[in-house]
Amino acid sequence: MNGRERIPAEHRSVVVVGGGPAGLAAAIAAKEHGCDDVLLVERDHILGGILNQCIHDGFGLHTFKEALSGPEYADRFIRKLRGLHIETAEGTIVLSLSPDRVLEVSTRGALRRIEADAVVLAMGCRERTRGAISIPGRRPSGVYTAGAAQNFMNLENIMVGRNVAILGSGDIGLIMARRMTLEGARVEAVFEILPYSSGLPRNIQQCLNDYNIPLFLNTTVTEILGAGRLEGIKVAQVGSDRAPICDTERFVPCDTLLLSVGLIPENELTREAGVAIDPVTSGAVVDDRFMTSVPGIFSCGNVLHVHDLVDWVSVEAAQAGAFAAEYAGSGRRTAERTISVVPGAGVRYTLPQALSGDQACTLSLRVQEPWRDRSVVVTDNGREVARKRMMRLHPAEMIRLDIAVEALSGCSSLEVSVG
Amino acid sequence: MSAREFTCVVCPNGCSIVVEVDDDETPVVAKVRGNVCKRGEEWARQEVENPLRTIASSVSVSGGDFPLASVRTTRPIPLGKIRDVMETIRQVTLAAPVEIGDVVLVSPAGCDTEVIATRGVGSASRDVRRAAKAKGGMKE
Repeated sequence: MNGRERIPAEHRSVVVVGGGPAGLAAAIAAKEHGCDDVLLVERDHILGGILNQCIHDGFGLHTFKEALSGPEYADRFIRKLRGLHIETAEGTIVLSLSPDRVLEVSTRGALRRIEADAVVLAMGCRERTRGAISIPGRRPSGVYTAGAAQNFMNLENIMVGRNVAILGSGDIGLIMARRMTLEGARVEAVFEILPYSSGLPRNIQQCLNDYNIPLFLNTTVTEILGAGRLEGIKVAQVGSDRAPICDTERFVPCDTLLLSVGLIPENELTREAGVAIDPVTSGAVVDDRFMTSVPGIFSCGNVLHVHDLVDWVSVEAAQAGAFAAEYAGSGRRTAERTISVVPGAGVRYTLPQALSGDQACTLSLRVQEPWRDRSVVVTDNGREVARKRMMRLHPAEMIRLDIAVEALSGCSSLEVSVG
Repeated sequence: MSAREFTCVVCPNGCSIVVEVDDDETPVVAKVRGNVCKRGEEWARQEVENPLRTIASSVSVSGGDFPLASVRTTRPIPLGKIRDVMETIRQVTLAAPVEIGDVVLVSPAGCDTEVIATRGVGSASRDVRRAAKAKGGMKE
């Protein structure tokens, strides 16, 4: 007993956890689909999430047909949210979520208990750190995740270093290579353990090639050196087993190492609520209404699976928000899941993992390795249901594939593969 | 004659485009191959002859509730002009309040673009706001 049970519970129709791009779109859609009692909870003191520090352009090309910066993209949604008079609680963190949708929420000076008809989880991701990938060596200052460095530079006006090496060719790392170069730092190189970059082609061109920053593939950091401040790193090429090849090891002097080595969906609340997690995405298992294995709990955005473009986060989250409103407004009616969806040859994951079969759906998936001119094929017990031919398939890019409701008729077990 | 390779960024197809260039000093495109569509060819020519980029940065804000306002060019500028434009942006300090879309610079370094603010910054100073919050007097 912690005494919290004695705090009287308020009742809300839809509670959205997280005020980044996913939470904003979900809350707006829930309201637009007839739910008048929506509460959005955000732990930062402002809305917008990670978009606030993404000052580069390229957001909104699909949604607004413009290349906006992150803060501008967020502002479009925040204005809409305010116009719809959706209640928000900033500076507020959700401490716990129970399977029957009771949230314990800490806000300045108060603890609240909220019983919700529907909960939309939109907490996003955090970055993998040095500890997560176990780089050996000393522990000097000067080792940052790329997003932390981005926050320091773009929001706090703090320059994190002068001679920079970057491990991982994810988009945030590439963006930071350019940003630090433009602010006068020297970026020695980007090192990527995989045989291909995990960033978008436009970022390779515009963030590295434009500034003659070399990208070394099949290469990783093997040791961190320095007393007090980082003095340099050792890097080595890796074999096909991704283990370092000792005689290729070399020293790279630098005072700053940025890590852009992947994102981890922040699913602590999700797990606590007993929601089933997909081991590949590290996000919830959901159906075609974005409902998790726990009735009334929905998930969307990067906490569900890591997206490449924010535009798709907004599209997906708007659907999740609409279905949450529908669930709350229909006396919590759930759709029967009649069709399973699993990844087949060449596909790393596919989502949603289950379908009702009573509506059209969009499958999101990622491939395991790069291919040219292949098709993504959906089969039901060996019978072809849908096919999308693509010039280019790349693990760094999410693929979306629409399936019409007619095509799902009679299906029971879908497999998605590269053919 | 030399060949340069690009991954086209016009659409998700991401064609590998090879551009054959007459002369590397003042590049003249002789031939473009590997592209599926006309837009790819135009993009590749532009990339070789005069690559254009949108850039983003931040400028200091005085008297604001936030130390920085992010900014970007409204139109792409020549790649070779980026450092000059960055230098011009670095000289700027804005006074709060700043609204998204406020014009910060016109034709920086002679480029045909404006630099606009991409983040709003309110007038109240951060310390004042923090003090108010500590007393429970100001709602966010």
